[in-house]
Amino acid sequence: MTDISLHQGAGAAPGDRVDWKSGTMAARRKRRYGADSRLRLFGMGAIAFALGFLAIFLATIVHTASSALTQTMIRVEIDLKEANLDPNNLMEADWRAISRDAYRKLLPGVGRSEEKDYFSLFTNNGQFLIRDAVIRNPAMIGQTVTVVIPMSDPLDQLAKGLFDRALPEDQRRVNDIQIDLYDQLVAKGVVSHPFNWGLLFNNDSRFPELAGLAGGLVGTFYVVFVCFILSFPLGIGAAIYLEEFAPKNRWTDLIEININNLAAVPSVVFGLLGLAVFIGWFGLPRSVPLVGGMVIALINLPTIIIVTRAALKQVPSSIREAALGVGASKHEAIFHHMLPLAMPTILTGTIISLAQAIGETAPLLLIGMNAFITSAPGGMLDAATTLPTQIYIWADSPERGFVARTSAAIMVLLVCLMLMNAIAIFLRQRFERRW
Amino acid sequence: MFATVLLLLAVASFIVAALSYFKAGRLTAQGRDKVHSRPVYHALNAAIWTGIPAFMFLLVWGLVSGSIVDTVVMSQVPGIEALSDAQRNLLMSEISQTAEGRTFTAPRPGVIAAAERLKELQYISQAAMVVVAASIAVFGAFFGFRVVASRFRARHSVERSVTWFMLLASTIAVMTTVGIVVSLVYEAAAFFALVPFWEFFFGLRWEPQIAIRADQVAGQGAFGVIPVLFGTVVIATLAMAVAVPIGVLSAIYLTEYATPRFRSFAKPLLEILAGIPTVVYGFFAVLTVAPLVRDLGVSLGIGASPNSALAAGAVMGIMIIPFVSSISDDALAAVPRSMREGSYALGATRGETITKVLLTAALPGIVGGVLLAFSKAIGETMIVVMAAGLIAKMTLNPFDAVTTVTVQIVALLTGDTEFDNPKTLAAFALGLMLFLITLGLNLIALHTVRKYRERY
Repeated sequence: MTDISLHQGAGAAPGDRVDWKSGTMAARRKRRYGADSRLRLFGMGAIAFALGFLAIFLATIVHTASSALTQTMIRVEIDLKEANLDPNNLMEADWRAISRDAYRKLLPGVGRSEEKDYFSLFTNNGQFLIRDAVIRNPAMIGQTVTVVIPMSDPLDQLAKGLFDRALPEDQRRVNDIQIDLYDQLVAKGVVSHPFNWGLLFNNDSRFPELAGLAGGLVGTFYVVFVCFILSFPLGIGAAIYLEEFAPKNRWTDLIEININNLAAVPSVVFGLLGLAVFIGWFGLPRSVPLVGGMVIALINLPTIIIVTRAALKQVPSSIREAALGVGASKHEAIFHHMLPLAMPTILTGTIISLAQAIGETAPLLLIGMNAFITSAPGGMLDAATTLPTQIYIWADSPERGFVARTSAAIMVLLVCLMLMNAIAIFLRQRFERRW
Repeated sequence: MFATVLLLLAVASFIVAALSYFKAGRLTAQGRDKVHSRPVYHALNAAIWTGIPAFMFLLVWGLVSGSIVDTVVMSQVPGIEALSDAQRNLLMSEISQTAEGRTFTAPRPGVIAAAERLKELQYISQAAMVVVAASIAVFGAFFGFRVVASRFRARHSVERSVTWFMLLASTIAVMTTVGIVVSLVYEAAAFFALVPFWEFFFGLRWEPQIAIRADQVAGQGAFGVIPVLFGTVVIATLAMAVAVPIGVLSAIYLTEYATPRFRSFAKPLLEILAGIPTVVYGFFAVLTVAPLVRDLGVSLGIGASPNSALAAGAVMGIMIIPFVSSISDDALAAVPRSMREGSYALGATRGETITKVLLTAALPGIVGGVLLAFSKAIGETMIVVMAAGLIAKMTLNPFDAVTTVTVQIVALLTGDTEFDNPKTLAAFALGLMLFLITLGLNLIALHTVRKYRERY
């Protein structure tokens, strides 16, 4: 059939042969192909938008975080000879006076009227840092020791050039006297900018220059540990039961629908569950990694079940039948033969789901893991924060220095996620079998 | 303490298992009778008998003993009947702080007495826990070791226990759902006892303040959920306006136009967007997107709130792109080859095949996916907590600040949480509503996908 009737083919009455070479048809073809390439262009645009966002996003975070990678520190010489310290009662000594004497000696020319501005160049907790250094190493008593302490956040910002010195004095957080004193300190060579190890090894603090992620990292470790201990065995057990043992009846149908629905329940609802049941009814304490891990385990469980079932389905039934054929029991066929073969896939899925769990924030807010805690948790029942809740706390803090610290914390979190995903990919490529 | 007891229990189970292993091994070596199970099963059976019952006891004890001790202590405080729930909680925390020695001022004598009593009871409770757990374990060990005999079917016994464990594990999913529903309904019921049903569902004002004094003006608070729901839908719709076109178009490009090489490189990159934690998106929304939106609003002459609905919605939309994209991808890939080839054979261009044949055929799948994405957007929390507003306003202006259900849940429950005022209980009513809405959307989505997919 060569006769084609076209609705839009102008000049082509029914029954006529279409003149494909005519101008109208050429224009029509052009229009149709134009639509095709437009769609293609839109598609490319969509992908470019998404990937462009990703690039801008990562660039912004890295750029903002870069200023938190170093910390402006100052070297202070402390004369502990004159301080008349009692080695048995170091906590009670007048560390404020000791630290201020040391600051004064650093820049002897500072007048009385400038002292208030001068002392605010140093971190507010300088006296306690000195105290802790002496308590850690009592051999310092009676000697002149050198201690390196952070400078305060506004000065840190000044040193990194995050605001313009040329601004009028009332528009910046450092006044002219402080800038002048800072320049004198730099000229003396006591100011340094080392890598900011405090970001990883300090605990949380109200002062940006002292705040670190140690507590959050330890808290995250505990939460993920509890989550893994609970959700991995339970998830595998449930998956094996549903895949291999469960009779097909209403009850197991109900369980299956349930698992699929649970995977789509908003995580904040799990937080409500944890708050009402674990904390409200069982009386477990608030803000602790145990409860956090339990809640995250419940969120994680459906994922692990689904992953394990898929992995078990992949194992060819010949494996099971061979095992049964040589006299293994059903349990032996599964636990000795199928499960080990499925394990790489299960582990890959589990690690990826744990990486998701690490970033979970909302349920942890509801059970109070966003508390301000200045010490790393010593156990499952100590109040703690986690990396994402620490990010949330810092993002909410008004001090300028926390913006960079938040970005740096985000980078730490993203690096953790990348490591876990890399392990998962490695496991998949190294051990996973294609049948 | 608890951890030590658990460790000791594990060690005990291991020792009993080892003893049973050697006993069964000796039986096999003697060869008098044929031994039914291999020694390892005898060992496992003995370990189960030693460890599991005591472990279960410890678990239950650990969960309930704390609140029982607290109740007993509180019931013995004189004048306790006169106190409200909040005062009781305050007193209890004062007592337990005193018991732990964390006091800042000298505690009142009554509190000291109660703290002494608390310490005493905690000691008794722990001692009882150790004694009972130890006797259960010893009894189990004795039994587990004794049954090791050539005719004892240890393998069957172990397998039965494993099956029970697996059955228990698979019911946890159901128990979680039941736990969610029961806890939400229970707390929401307490809320509806304080705030009438119709006021919550049809009220147009959401001002969840609580009066500090009973006679305070405007201290009643208003709990009308409509503006909160409205804001949720506004933000979720903005998110979908970003996510659906970009997600579907990128899926079209990746499945139909892209070379395999580009696809294998772009798809994982796109998936990264789904792996970024939401708190990170929230920070980005506040740090970068919100100022941009504000500038845009100012340059348009509308003026914009610093926490505009648009900033939160747009960032949420970007987060959802990979979700929409991968679902559309699956739906497009599920269209039979014959339909695509039939379309080409009729002379359709690639674009016409996609829009007129593939998208039409894949529509149920895509619509289902969009519904799932919408439910995800409604339940998303961190982005809106950080970037959206707190005040419930009925406005369609995307440059204005609106609030959402999840923001309110978090706002109502951070800070003090006593379960006795409408403010905190309202969070559970909101949570119940959120659970039901997302559940409904998911069920509709699954139904859509299943019902219309059968045609091919």
